[in-house]
Amino acid sequence: SSGSRGEALKEKRTQILSRGLPKQKPIEGVKQVVVLASGKGGVGKSTTAVNIALALAANDSTKEVGLLDADIYGPSIPKMMNLKGNPELTPKKLMRPLKNYGIACMSMGFLIEETAPVVWRGLMVMSAVEKLLRQVDWGQLDYLVIDMPPGTGDVQLSVSQNIPIAGAVIISTPQDVALLDARKGAEMFRKVHVPVLGLVQNMSVFQCPKCKHETHIFGADGVRDLAKTLGLDILGDIPLHVNIRETCDSGQPVVVSQPQSDAAKAYLKIAMEIVRRLPVPPA
Amino acid sequence: SFLPERSNLAGVRHILLVLSGKGGVGKSTISTELALALRHSGKKVGILDVDLCGPSIPRMFRVQDNDVHQCDSGWVPVFVDQDKSISLMSIGFLLEKPDDAVVWRGPKKNALIKQFVADVAWGDMDFLIVDTPPGTSDEHISTVEALRPYKPLGAILVTTPQAVSVGDVRRELTFCKKTGLRVLGIVENMSGFVCPHCAACTNIFSKGGGEELARHAGVPFLGCVPLDPQLSQSLEEGRDFIQEFPKSSAFAALAHIAQQILDGTSQPSS
Repeated sequence: SSGSRGEALKEKRTQILSRGLPKQKPIEGVKQVVVLASGKGGVGKSTTAVNIALALAANDSTKEVGLLDADIYGPSIPKMMNLKGNPELTPKKLMRPLKNYGIACMSMGFLIEETAPVVWRGLMVMSAVEKLLRQVDWGQLDYLVIDMPPGTGDVQLSVSQNIPIAGAVIISTPQDVALLDARKGAEMFRKVHVPVLGLVQNMSVFQCPKCKHETHIFGADGVRDLAKTLGLDILGDIPLHVNIRETCDSGQPVVVSQPQSDAAKAYLKIAMEIVRRLPVPPA
Repeated sequence: SFLPERSNLAGVRHILLVLSGKGGVGKSTISTELALALRHSGKKVGILDVDLCGPSIPRMFRVQDNDVHQCDSGWVPVFVDQDKSISLMSIGFLLEKPDDAVVWRGPKKNALIKQFVADVAWGDMDFLIVDTPPGTSDEHISTVEALRPYKPLGAILVTTPQAVSVGDVRRELTFCKKTGLRVLGIVENMSGFVCPHCAACTNIFSKGGGEELARHAGVPFLGCVPLDPQLSQSLEEGRDFIQEFPKSSAFAALAHIAQQILDGTSQPSS
């Protein structure tokens, strides 16, 4: 009958369309993956990813945390975590992550010369991302934080199609153009069925160290409005403090070097909010 | 066979790319302000926005709701005002809703970029500014390849002063060398913030990194642009910063950058 033929045709079409797509498979040893994304460049994904990874470990010392820098073109994590050098290979030919402050890290930055650009088309990028995900000896991790590059393209698609993601956190500054991209970022995760845990408002306000006058350099409250429109929570608000950038530039992120500072406290709170919203981890 | 003289870019006198490597350093901002400053010097300018994932240009001119029309030679670029002295092309105009996400892999992006370069009826203009996304990926490779027959003037590289930005821009310089793209100079953006209340200057994103990179790499340094809330605000509102805020802290720097570009092109071409 035409009904069952229609069904068979539909199933065949789905089969053909999904041929060639990677099968989603968890990374061995990693319990939960949290991705930090934005859509917009330069809003502080890497800075936040580094401090959140450290905050997750600081909030609960029994948890093992890893940090994967998926920004193939502009890997910032090595500098921020004060790590350098090529990864060793284990007997099983997996790359051993570099560790600092108790966090296991992997980045394209460890595999290339610091001054060499990665001028690759999407297909090569997919294969590099696959290596960074699967050919690393992560050991047993409670959380793997993945720092995404800006945009909504190959890397984001490859990561979400390859591994199950427990939740995504979207970072934005208050400017219109950043919010517009953050919205696209949220939509992208919706398309690939990754739950969005909430938004983080970064660079929210600047306080002059001399006269304490506050200036909203990049606008005000835009992220709150976007969160409301998208029905998402704000996980936290990070002010524009010079010490955040200074400590990252010197490879001593504020959560470990100035744990009593307002900035560190903001990150610790956001890490707590992330854990609250994650599903119960697998045993 | 292909003839650059008969193409849609035949009437464009100079093509320049705005690159970075790092995201969020102000490429679109600098592209926009450069276009406005060149317009104020009496030039006709176009901006081609090849950032397909995060097209910021339409919003910066407050024309994000405009549509693109077709003509015999291809797409008609969107004019910013009645004057028709600034025209734009961006994927932002082609989306059904401005908030639609473009989640494409490389080959699809390449196809659209080729169309943007070949099928937009730019007409006669003095400068076409090409605003790019961060990185050194499909968009950049395709754009440089597609523009090669038209011999672009060169590239302006934008960075913020901090180490992670400078690192990415250093890689972008290598990209330019590899692809034979002349570097017109480096702009150090978000270089210092002057408190509107007490005038104390804080180097939120550090200072001097861009200038040092230019010196190290042997390329011209076009100047430092400070963090200026009036600039951010005028971009949010799609206003003409160059016209409306001539006393603002970023104005002098932006005007100086435009002047150096003009000076560079007023020499007889070799």
